[in-house]
Amino acid sequence: MQTDMHAAQADASAAIAMGSGHASADTAPEPCQFISFTLGDDEYAIDIMAVREIKGWTDTTPLPNQPAHVLGVLNLRGAIVPIMDLRSRFGQGMTETTPMHVVIIVNVGERTFGILVDAVSDILTVEPAEIKGVPDNDRTGSEAYLSGIINADHGMVVVLSLRELFQ
Amino acid sequence: MSSDGSSGSDFERFRVTFFEECNEILADLEVHLTQLQEEALDVEGLNAVFRAAHSIKAGAGAFGFTRLVTFTHSFEALLDKLRDGQIEQSPHIADVLIRGGDILAELVTAAQEEREVAADFTAPILAEIAEVMDEGGGAAAVASAAAAAVGPASAADVEPNGPRSWQITLAPGPDLFKNATEPLLLIRELQGLGDLIVRCNSDALPTLRRMDPELSYLGWVFTLESTCTRQDIQEVFEFVDDTCSIDIEDVTGRTPRATTSQEEEDGFGLFEPLESDSAPEAGMAQAEGGQPAPAPPVGAARAPAAAAAGAPASKPAAASSIRVELNRIDRLVNTVGELVITQAMLSQELGELADYLGRQPIAGQEALAALTRELQECVMAIRMQPVKSVFARMPRLVRDLSGKLGKKINLRMSGEHTEVDKTIIEELADPLTHMIRNSIDHGMEMPADRVAVGKPEEGTIELSAAHVGGNIVISVSDDGAGINRERVLRKAMEKGIVPADAVLSDHEIDELIFAPGFSTADQVTDISGRGVGMDVVRRNIMGIGGRIQVTSHPARGTRFNLLIPLTLAVLDGMIVAVGNQRYILPITSIVESFRPDPTQLRFLDDRTQLVSIRGEFIRIIKLCDLFHVPDAVHDPARGLVVLVEVAGGGKVGIVVDELIGQQQIVIKSLNDNFDPVEGISGATILGNGKVALILDIEQLAIMRADVSSGRLPPDPGPAALVAAE
Repeated sequence: MQTDMHAAQADASAAIAMGSGHASADTAPEPCQFISFTLGDDEYAIDIMAVREIKGWTDTTPLPNQPAHVLGVLNLRGAIVPIMDLRSRFGQGMTETTPMHVVIIVNVGERTFGILVDAVSDILTVEPAEIKGVPDNDRTGSEAYLSGIINADHGMVVVLSLRELFQ
Repeated sequence: MSSDGSSGSDFERFRVTFFEECNEILADLEVHLTQLQEEALDVEGLNAVFRAAHSIKAGAGAFGFTRLVTFTHSFEALLDKLRDGQIEQSPHIADVLIRGGDILAELVTAAQEEREVAADFTAPILAEIAEVMDEGGGAAAVASAAAAAVGPASAADVEPNGPRSWQITLAPGPDLFKNATEPLLLIRELQGLGDLIVRCNSDALPTLRRMDPELSYLGWVFTLESTCTRQDIQEVFEFVDDTCSIDIEDVTGRTPRATTSQEEEDGFGLFEPLESDSAPEAGMAQAEGGQPAPAPPVGAARAPAAAAAGAPASKPAAASSIRVELNRIDRLVNTVGELVITQAMLSQELGELADYLGRQPIAGQEALAALTRELQECVMAIRMQPVKSVFARMPRLVRDLSGKLGKKINLRMSGEHTEVDKTIIEELADPLTHMIRNSIDHGMEMPADRVAVGKPEEGTIELSAAHVGGNIVISVSDDGAGINRERVLRKAMEKGIVPADAVLSDHEIDELIFAPGFSTADQVTDISGRGVGMDVVRRNIMGIGGRIQVTSHPARGTRFNLLIPLTLAVLDGMIVAVGNQRYILPITSIVESFRPDPTQLRFLDDRTQLVSIRGEFIRIIKLCDLFHVPDAVHDPARGLVVLVEVAGGGKVGIVVDELIGQQQIVIKSLNDNFDPVEGISGATILGNGKVALILDIEQLAIMRADVSSGRLPPDPGPAALVAAE
């Protein structure tokens, strides 16, 4: 159990380090910040350092012959940025988009893309130790993008690794 | 050595500048050496070659590239003798110089890539240089060059040990003091060698008001009576060799010359125009030329610049251009691209607003549009460069190859000053090289064969460039044997590129040389390679949005035409509507558009539809099917067929709902943030701020072929295609 915990924390830290370059596993634990958002009844979080901006949903230009979760591209001040439907990526069907839906523009590695979510809810500041591992009993390879769980006041928040999710 | 006291990044920056300059200098050198091949160079030409070598030497010295310094020194010594007329120009010397130029380029590349060249790499050419100098210039000259060169060719010091008279002319460069050199120490050292008479040459000293106290203006002529060797004297000047012109002459038995030898100092600006009034100006121009660069603690990066600026041909006008990093210009181009899009958006909104208010268009709107357009043109013009830089490499290629193959070929070039975007120029070098190789290897006959068919012994290859509309047309034509259609067709059949029973028109056969994996050379030569020839050329040209055509006449020759857009950043596009989507078709590939009559249409099978126009049968591509666009017009007879040209001169018809309009569009990469999408070459932003995709016609044609060749499941409905991802 102890080992699992360590592995999980390393995972979470890796997710944090992604795209930002701050906090790493061997420095004194600094609080990590996440942006949390909702998708239906579920709450998820991503590393705040990866987030470039948050904007309302606008129509995209579809890209031909792409997986369903690729909603197309939009013009972000001159850059062509693809938008992904996170709900569809999780296999929960397509989001019925309204202007109230939110696109979170993120930088992952060299690339910039947007993820479509229902709403942004909070900024979470947590100690690394508070990020728990995802239980491994039902963990298959395809779920490597779940990098940890935070127990917030209002319930569990799942930390996502965007790199794993859209690699 | 030069990094002392300057920060690493500064040093790196100067280093980059040095190599940029080297490459420009080498290109220039190439031009002159090419000319040398044709005829003896005049003094100006020799000076230019000398300057080129000298500039490289000066910079190389500053950066401590000793191999480069050693070699350029010898090269320069030979040129010096040529300038002096001590050696007559001859084809042999021209050859030595040309090969020397090659070696020089190789050494520069090696230095740039920080790799070592073989220890004996320069030895043969150095030996040759020493030899030709020996023939023409007397033993002293050879000893001078060879000893200074410290090359393997370095002749033994033949001078006897008796007392000799030396005349030493020292003309320091203007940056002498910046390199912390104290001439007095040199003089004292010389004094230590024997009896020394020193004369100071202060002719270049400007008036006090115009003098820059940090530059050196004085030169010296020493007469030394000593038993020392030339080597001993050279050692005294070892550390100032890069920044000063030093001429050591054995004048034993001669009356010491009263004045400095003008010729010896040619190329060092400061003292050269002694008799002219312009001397102070030259000095000042030099100083000014050096100023804009941030002054490095040592003369490092300034050395090449100063050496170049100090050349006799340089005029104050040399400062009329500046060197700018390409990525800064790219940023400017991008920003202006944004501006163009924003202006289009604004214009659209304002137009609607004016309509709504029932008023005249808002003032200034048209002026803004015009200014924006002009700004964009100006910015694009910055990146425009003459194709000369690519063309200049070709004479060498022709000479080398024709020599190797024993063919006689004259290369004629025209339109070298035609300008095209820098990014495109870079992409042109390989295809052009290959096409010319191809012409020489396959097209051109042996001299005897030419005479036999009544052609002049010497073949001609013409390379030309010209602007035609928004494109540049580059053509390579030869007066060789033309494409051997019989052989091409046989090869194509053997290789299974066309069916064995195919009946092809002459033009179609000619086009086969662009087929992947096709090579007609019976033997694989190191000249035309392994049949990755013309198909790669075509791919490269298409990669930059261009097209290539070939026309050939048996026994009269072959002509390749390249039609290339002027820039990669903008494109003349036709906006087409398919359902509620907007796509861009490059105007250059559009032949025509029409609404076919139902009688012109016919299905071959359930997915392949043809349209017949003026006796041609053309395959139809339905974007709505390929891209699964909902609510699009399916029946070509109810929409429009846009006829586009694809590789190989074939055509396909693309079905669209309607044409929206023609527009200059700014090309954006899709691949910065996403994987390549089949059938799409890029994207652009329309006036309404929406993204529109640019169609990749070549891929569309192949996509269709893939589907019909059954690589996908037999019945790929839209759902199945999506699932196949």
